[in-house]
Amino acid sequence: MLNRTADSLYWLGRYVERAENVARIIDENLQLTLDAPPDRQPPWQPLVNATGDREEFTRHHGPATQENTLEFLTFDPHNPNSILSCLQAARRNARSLRDVISSEMWLQLNKFYLKVKAEAEAAKDPGPATGFFHEVRLSSHLFTGVSEATMTHDTAWHFLQIGRLIERADLIARILDLRDYLLPLTPVEKETSFDPIPCGAVLRSAAAAEMFGKQHGRISLRAVIDFLVLDPRFPRSIRFCLRAAHDSLRAVSGTPPDPARYPAGKLLGRICADLEKITVDDILYCGLHEYLDHFQIKLNQTAQAISETFFLFDSPLVLTANSTNGSAPEKTCPPATGVPV
Amino acid sequence: MNALLQTESTAARTDLSQMVRFDSASRFEIPLPAGRPEQRADPLFADYATSGFYDELFVQTGRPRAMAASLLANLRSLTMGGILSRQQAAERELLHQGITFNVYGDQAGTEKIFPFDIIPRIIGAREWRQIERGLQQRIQALNLFIDDIYHDQLILKQGLIPREIVYSAKSYRPQCAGWNPPRGIWCHVTGTDLVRHDDGRMYVLEDNLRCPSGVSYALENRRVMKSVFPGLFANAPIRPVSDYPAQLRDLLEYVAGPEVRQPRIVLLTPGLHNSAYFEHAFLARQMGVALVEGRDLRVQDSVVLMRTLEGWERVDVIYRRIDDDFLDPKVFREDSLLGVPGLMEACKAGNVALANAPGCGVADDKVIYAYVPHMIKFYLDEEMLLPNVPTHLCSDKAELKYVLQHLHQLVVKAANESGGYGMLVGPHSTRAQRAEFAQKIKANPRNYIAQPTLSLSRVPTLVGDHFEGRHVDLRPYVLCGKDITVLPGGLTRVALKPGSLVVNSSQGGGSKDTWVLAEAPLTAQTKPRPQPARTSRLEQEAVC
Repeated sequence: MLNRTADSLYWLGRYVERAENVARIIDENLQLTLDAPPDRQPPWQPLVNATGDREEFTRHHGPATQENTLEFLTFDPHNPNSILSCLQAARRNARSLRDVISSEMWLQLNKFYLKVKAEAEAAKDPGPATGFFHEVRLSSHLFTGVSEATMTHDTAWHFLQIGRLIERADLIARILDLRDYLLPLTPVEKETSFDPIPCGAVLRSAAAAEMFGKQHGRISLRAVIDFLVLDPRFPRSIRFCLRAAHDSLRAVSGTPPDPARYPAGKLLGRICADLEKITVDDILYCGLHEYLDHFQIKLNQTAQAISETFFLFDSPLVLTANSTNGSAPEKTCPPATGVPV
Repeated sequence: MNALLQTESTAARTDLSQMVRFDSASRFEIPLPAGRPEQRADPLFADYATSGFYDELFVQTGRPRAMAASLLANLRSLTMGGILSRQQAAERELLHQGITFNVYGDQAGTEKIFPFDIIPRIIGAREWRQIERGLQQRIQALNLFIDDIYHDQLILKQGLIPREIVYSAKSYRPQCAGWNPPRGIWCHVTGTDLVRHDDGRMYVLEDNLRCPSGVSYALENRRVMKSVFPGLFANAPIRPVSDYPAQLRDLLEYVAGPEVRQPRIVLLTPGLHNSAYFEHAFLARQMGVALVEGRDLRVQDSVVLMRTLEGWERVDVIYRRIDDDFLDPKVFREDSLLGVPGLMEACKAGNVALANAPGCGVADDKVIYAYVPHMIKFYLDEEMLLPNVPTHLCSDKAELKYVLQHLHQLVVKAANESGGYGMLVGPHSTRAQRAEFAQKIKANPRNYIAQPTLSLSRVPTLVGDHFEGRHVDLRPYVLCGKDITVLPGGLTRVALKPGSLVVNSSQGGGSKDTWVLAEAPLTAQTKPRPQPARTSRLEQEAVC
């Protein structure tokens, strides 16, 4: 497989997953708005911080309100992480992969994109129509399902998986961090605090509320951290995602792993090993926000290593790749790590 | 291609039979008896006017051609509501599949759906046989011509084509002199543009030998037609087109040479922003070959390598969709970032086969086009089966004078332009435009040719809730490998706007499915020449 192809697959996976998770976060905050009393309305700024570039947003839009945050995160063409931009980038990558992915995958993704684009053109003022965010989540699931069912689970598929899973782990960490922003507490207080609304919202944003309920019943911060970070079986826990990503990374590295491909695998392996050993107490001792911040730095290093190991062109070709106005895979840097307290 | 479409308002028809030798046997139409009651009552086509143009489906208003009878019967049974909903279904399908092309210089909507009209264009079996033979003859001669130009230049030595015409062609590549492409093939894939004048004959308008595009639309149009009109195909003798990618792949394997087992084939594209990117990805996917860009390839020790996760892998055949100019910055344009440095060297060392071969474009220069009849005579000792459009070469003093005096009647084209750019349509031009073109022609006569304004044939096309005639051309695709084969069909392009002159997709044209009918079953063939008795069988289908 071409290196460029692997690169595009990885970003295709990331962008579809990112669009889905941005939709989840917005939808959940909208629900919170409906539940909360007028004097305790949930702030919108954390959503901007978690999913986009805060300085850029403030420069153009000022303080975050429901209206401008919705616009920024759904259809703003200048925000590289808006749902529309994610879909555009995903589609551009998919177009360059039409000889690699199945026709059904392309068809599903293209319909997904056209739906979002039509919504962007239709509903400018009051924000997207009811059900739009649900549609986005569903379309993303359809794409993942079609990929699973119609594409050979070969190297190409594994790169799609790696992108999707790393993005998901990253977004789960951001969603969990939102809770920290809602209730800025010191590490010691956190352990005992109990505020079901933000924690419930966090679970719902991560599509984890029902499965959490089965396993833990009553909502507590400890249980939420345990479930979203450390659960070995829930498909939206950080540990689960990264272990699956690590399996895919091993699959594309060959057995035994090619030494040249070691750095990425080693970094990801170390994160996974940490997640096996660590306990909720350890996380709370160092502080949830601090832990998540540290985790995201390491995850970004891994993503960087994957890119350097698998996607970058060697020196004779670098010039051509950079200077052509052709089709470098659509990339934006992942949003800045960490959520300011 | 620059098909010029005349509209009702312009009367400057030229009788080409005066200028081109005629083959009376090429008449193939079997007119239906006029005035049958069920046709007068036809609710769909009662008001459809052929307006004196040659219509591909009707002899004249109210009289369909025999081969269209079954189609029209089917349409009648659907009623207009059913037809419109199928047109919408077809458009939705094209949109969802992302069957689009890129328009240059249009920032807002760089990607557009190729407009599609669901009324097909039909070509009868007998006529197709003639077109096929004519194209095979033409491609054989063009291939011999290119080979000759880069070797002994016999045709120049004979004085049949002036040397300076060849040497001054922009697409002539002196770098290719003396080179022998694998299996002696230069033009592996050709798209030749044909038009039908109102005398009923097909003429070759131009040859596209470098990177002819559009075949993917022809194949996708058929797929969409089959999905929205399954009933039309169930009993109709329409020749399938879906083999094309497999045939192209066979051809590419063939040029790799017998010594290469399981050759690695790639399709080289300029990238996502090229107007034909959809087609590149389509063909790569259908053939099961890798779609690569210049930056994925490099040349080392005259061998082309492709950078993969597993390391550098050797490439044996490149189906390139990049023009010569950009192919190799070491040999052609230095500023090209799309190509592969050293590609020509690998090519000349015989380590990689390129389709089409570099240098083949010399034969689709519009001035050299005028000499194709001479080529066919010289190389094959045959008469040309598919005629050229009569062409005035401005490089000739007498012709230049004639052209300048008749600009208002002629179509003038620049020799090296395509896509409907760089041309003047005399009958539709203003005095100022003609004056400007006259200056350009006088400044560089070699670069211009002129042709009579053709009155292109029309096909009924859905306009709002009724049918109107719209002008069409036809681009069949010819593969030149072990044999020369012609895809039974091709891309029928249609000028959708009334009065629009050009069918190019970049200039508001659309496309239609193209049906080539299969030969009649054996029992019918053993009968004497088709008589009204046979026609009536088709009519019965039309009625029931």
